[in-house]
Amino acid sequence: MTGLQTILGYVYLAAGACFVLGLHLMNSPATARRGNLLSATAMAAAVAATVALIVDNGTITATGWIVMLTGAALGASAGLYAARTVQMTAMPQLVSLFNAVGGGAAALLAVNHLVQNRGVTELGARFTVPAAVDILVGAVTFTGSLIAAGKLQSILPGRPIVFGGARVTNALLALCFGAGGVWLVVRPDSVAALLLLLTAALIFGVTMVLPIGGADMPVVISLLNAFTGTAVAMAGFVLDQAVLIVAGALVGASGAILTKLMADAMNRSIANIVVGGFGTGDDTAAVVAGGGATVHAVSADDVAIQLAYASKVIIVPGYGLAAAQAQHELADLAQTLEDHGVRVDYAIHPVAGRMPGHMNVLLAEANVPYPLMKDLEEINPEFPHADVALVIGANDVTNPAARRPGNAISGMPILDVDRAKRVIVIKRSMGHGYAGIDNELYTDPKTGMFFADAKNALTTLNAAVRTLVG
Amino acid sequence: MSLTLFAAITVFVLSLLVGIEVIGKVPATLHTPLMSGANSIHGIVLVGAMLVTATAHNVAGYALGFAAVAFGAANVVGGYVVTDRMLHMFRARPARPTESTSERGRSS
Repeated sequence: MTGLQTILGYVYLAAGACFVLGLHLMNSPATARRGNLLSATAMAAAVAATVALIVDNGTITATGWIVMLTGAALGASAGLYAARTVQMTAMPQLVSLFNAVGGGAAALLAVNHLVQNRGVTELGARFTVPAAVDILVGAVTFTGSLIAAGKLQSILPGRPIVFGGARVTNALLALCFGAGGVWLVVRPDSVAALLLLLTAALIFGVTMVLPIGGADMPVVISLLNAFTGTAVAMAGFVLDQAVLIVAGALVGASGAILTKLMADAMNRSIANIVVGGFGTGDDTAAVVAGGGATVHAVSADDVAIQLAYASKVIIVPGYGLAAAQAQHELADLAQTLEDHGVRVDYAIHPVAGRMPGHMNVLLAEANVPYPLMKDLEEINPEFPHADVALVIGANDVTNPAARRPGNAISGMPILDVDRAKRVIVIKRSMGHGYAGIDNELYTDPKTGMFFADAKNALTTLNAAVRTLVG
Repeated sequence: MSLTLFAAITVFVLSLLVGIEVIGKVPATLHTPLMSGANSIHGIVLVGAMLVTATAHNVAGYALGFAAVAFGAANVVGGYVVTDRMLHMFRARPARPTESTSERGRSS
């Protein structure tokens, strides 16, 4: 190791440490932005150190420089453009695409390493095992994330796509990539083994995500995030770079934690979600329930009176709000109420959006201060003190049936909306939620149903409240 | 810089545990920025992609290196910029007056 290489080793170590510190600063919204900047600075330092190392090694050809610089320029501008222009509602798609490119790049590194060492160096199992895992996980993440992004962007239908013999196909594919992987470990210079593994993994990514419904996407994105982390860590093993191992492990841990949290919040096991075929994929199914129970429909003026004379209102936003792009109208209504002296809080269920924490970002974008956004544990004890709970576009997560055994959502953590003194639900129809069962909250005598599109409803309400409070 | 397999596994396991410890403390409010921030961290594959491109000496190597560098760069730049844009929106108090709330171009 030359002096320069030693210095660069320390730069990589410092970068790894800064990634950890950056994540640590994310434990509060007040410091999170600084944490991200620290992490970005560390990344810039690691890239600069790498350039220095490459210059010092002198093995790079002129073509190599051109390839690297054009590749970097192209990727950076694409990333920058996407990051600057993406709508906050489309954030899950973007994160999914970043998972795809991260996993794809990690797989390419292993493929390249094997191809370049073909007939040059005999690679031991120390390199070939992580290389095989890297290619498998990276390739599955690449196509799986693209399919997930396609579903989220509605390029592909959000409903689960199930085809006959799917299980057999998946088993065959698993057999193929298993065999390809073992073959590659034994014969690292076999191109056929590499192609078998790569192809089977790429197809498996598609067949794995297609049957998963749109509403399960928070789990899928988190899981693919964990996969990307694993692939990057494996690339670190292959290339002998500790900083890749550290970064990959951190992302793997983050993805795993979020996957667990999301699956728990949905009351489903990860295996059950991945097997798929569950739900319609969207909670906007316009099924009109016939049911005998009476529903109490209310007008905008009724609702406005209740809101204006309340002293504490809890707003429960769900995916329907985001789908209707009505978060700004909601924030405006909340502002009117607050100006009038009403205390307003937001109750946010972990799966209120299409990815973990998505609803919080949408509300933050609409200028809702983060101290008002309460999570499940924080807000549930508050409901009995609330004069009005205003539910917009949320369904299953408010259904009291979850407290009883024997139905599709038994045991699911819910928001205790039914414990508020009055409940107002803004909804387009009596349609079922994602679990496909009747919501008992809607037939509760203290619930008023305001049938309207979220955006129009909130605008009308805001106007009605303003007239009342002058 | 060469790592023995044992050292590499040690680094992996300990990083995983540090990750679980640190990330477990991130509040639910920040889970989306957390995920996009973690995404930018795995953009470190860019470093690996650059090293690989530096040793390439045939068309296959250049092509793979080009794709890997482009993917990695998109990951790093896009990830950090979008995370910063999101975190910038999280405020303790509402920004007044609530002018146009269009988020486009407010990433600075």
